[in-house]
Amino acid sequence: MTKYLLKRFLYSIFIVVFGSLLVYSVLRLLPTSYFEKIALERAQAPGAPSYAEILSSLNKIYGMDTDIVSGFIKWGKNAIQGDFGVSWEYSIPVVEKFKQVIWYSIFLNIVTLLIQTFISIPLGVLAARKQYSKTDYFVTFVSIVCISMPTFFLATILKYIFSVKLGWFDLFGIVGRYYEQLDIWGKILDMAKHLVLPVTTLAMLNIGGLMRFTRTNMLEVLNADYIRTARAKGLSENVVINKHAFRNTMIPLVTYFSYLIPNMFTGSFITETLFQIPGIGYISYYALIHGDIPFAMFYSVLIIILTQVSLLVADFMYAVVDPRVRID
Amino acid sequence: MTDSIKTSSTKKNPNYISASESRKISSENRRITDALEKKYNRKHVPESEYLTTMKDPNNTVEFDDLHTYFFTDIGTVRAVDGVSFAVPQGKTVGIVGESGCGKSVTSLSLMQLVQRPQGQIVRGQIRFNLGDKAYDIAKMPGNMMEKIRGNEVSMIFQEPMTSLNPVFRIGDQINEVIMLHYPEKSEAEVRDHSLHMLDLVGIANPEGIYMRYPHELSGGMRQRVMIAMAIACDPKLVIADEPTTALDVTIQAQILDLFRNLKEKINSSIMLITHDLGVIAEMADFVVVMYAGRIVEKGTANEIFLHPAHPYTVGLMASKPVVNRKVDRLYSIPGSVPSPIHMPDYCYFRDRCDRRFDMCNGPYPAEFQLSDTHKVSCYHYRDGAASNRALHNNGFEILN
Repeated sequence: MTKYLLKRFLYSIFIVVFGSLLVYSVLRLLPTSYFEKIALERAQAPGAPSYAEILSSLNKIYGMDTDIVSGFIKWGKNAIQGDFGVSWEYSIPVVEKFKQVIWYSIFLNIVTLLIQTFISIPLGVLAARKQYSKTDYFVTFVSIVCISMPTFFLATILKYIFSVKLGWFDLFGIVGRYYEQLDIWGKILDMAKHLVLPVTTLAMLNIGGLMRFTRTNMLEVLNADYIRTARAKGLSENVVINKHAFRNTMIPLVTYFSYLIPNMFTGSFITETLFQIPGIGYISYYALIHGDIPFAMFYSVLIIILTQVSLLVADFMYAVVDPRVRID
Repeated sequence: MTDSIKTSSTKKNPNYISASESRKISSENRRITDALEKKYNRKHVPESEYLTTMKDPNNTVEFDDLHTYFFTDIGTVRAVDGVSFAVPQGKTVGIVGESGCGKSVTSLSLMQLVQRPQGQIVRGQIRFNLGDKAYDIAKMPGNMMEKIRGNEVSMIFQEPMTSLNPVFRIGDQINEVIMLHYPEKSEAEVRDHSLHMLDLVGIANPEGIYMRYPHELSGGMRQRVMIAMAIACDPKLVIADEPTTALDVTIQAQILDLFRNLKEKINSSIMLITHDLGVIAEMADFVVVMYAGRIVEKGTANEIFLHPAHPYTVGLMASKPVVNRKVDRLYSIPGSVPSPIHMPDYCYFRDRCDRRFDMCNGPYPAEFQLSDTHKVSCYHYRDGAASNRALHNNGFEILN
């Protein structure tokens, strides 16, 4: 057990270091440079030094005049001590900015996760129980529609119907115009109302896949010999499905859910941007397109670390749900 | 030119089925199975609907003209086509036949566990004796069936490696069936009962095994657990569907020993399905020989083994290795079973039979009585046993 953990830990460190080096190199090589933009602006002011002068002094101040590897080592030394620097785009420490925005994303994703789980797993099980029935075809149809729909398209359709035509929700944003004047319950309700469309978008995108996944696994389990044994015992169909079959269907599902952990903290890039929800996805998007290296690095490394953690959690969860799996 | 193309394309190939034909078949199947499923899934069915009387009150089960069909997209497969036999109380009936002849489907019909919705009992009765009354299982709705399964009739499957749920402990799996059928028992009583069952099937360390998961046990151990589960509720009938097929020879012998011992202890009838004639010879009181969904011969074990009548039974006997007999090559019956979808109306064994004669071209032979218990479906025996002494001797010879 300890040996396994140690091994996994060393692998993870290896992956995190080289993963972040890769991201750092790519960010440095990007044609978008935050300083070029700033230098260009300042050079246009009357009596300012030349563009080249400003750029080289900015690069020197922010340590961007080194080569990639030494720049990365410098960044890494600080990062290990928990100092991810100050965001260029937002002018406050990266970690500070992260703490400000992460709750929107976590909230959005937890609600989505709950909704999609409670919709897709029962429907997937139902479709498997009534294979080739009208219910099954309906579920399959819905899930294929959901899988095939791109985020931006679905979000646009939803906005068009519910915001433009029906006027039920605001087009974007997390709070309404009169948010500051509302009392505490009003504020919560206002936020909840603004989250309806983003949550719907995210949930619809995921339920298709999850529904298919549950259905396939359930069908496989339902054909197993031990299900016949359970029926032969005289158990009612509901017990057979919900106890004997579902426990076995859980095994692959648990892994699937473990992979969703990083999602929780990395936000939803496209959906948050489309609805302008100031979560981590939206903020990182702007940091990235403006060439904010400290923030982009923090965000990427976070994703890499969380992915490693989720893999480890998936392994553990495997052992929890399946007694045949042992960790050693 | 065009003519020749036309004739070649319209020529009927029995194995070919066009898409529109297949669609027609499946919508027709859907109609039939939906109606049957609806009937099966009804919630409140008056008992009178499936109440029946046994022909002979000494029988535990009577199969009477049972037809179990599978409605597949390429046609209706008559897996069991008019099977009638009885399992007397406390006796063991062996069912033999090659793979795919309907042995398992017959027993699964009795449990109502045929793969739904394709597999359906379409005709016939399965009378099950509950002591004070008898039920016709073929007519029973699903929710009533749950009270019979595991309690009055239980089943041991041929794949012990995959027949236990991998995520539950052995003890919990046995407890489950006891708790279900004896709801009045307390937790401690259920546990004691389970441990007693594990002990009864010859597991040396019941407490230890009780806490184990299935994957931690060997195949023989798992089959013992399956048997413990099957006999836990004192069923009137135990169906053993090839219980030793997946096990190696030494374990097979142990499991058979266990069966023999249990037979005395539990006083249940046993339906033993196997293609191993040796097992049948050791265990069975009565033997039923099935071929292509029908019974070709049935009788007491003595009659079948000493005087096999049907050419198929004779062939089966001959294809079994016998100690102390020198043969160059083990006998095998030539040919194979006809397609179960387009069954011809003549003896199904005709094309493989080495004793066919002109009458075999006639309709499927009826059952001819050789003795009170011995019946055979073969035209050679249309006048009873007397005219066929020669054949009996033939069979006897092979056995020796």
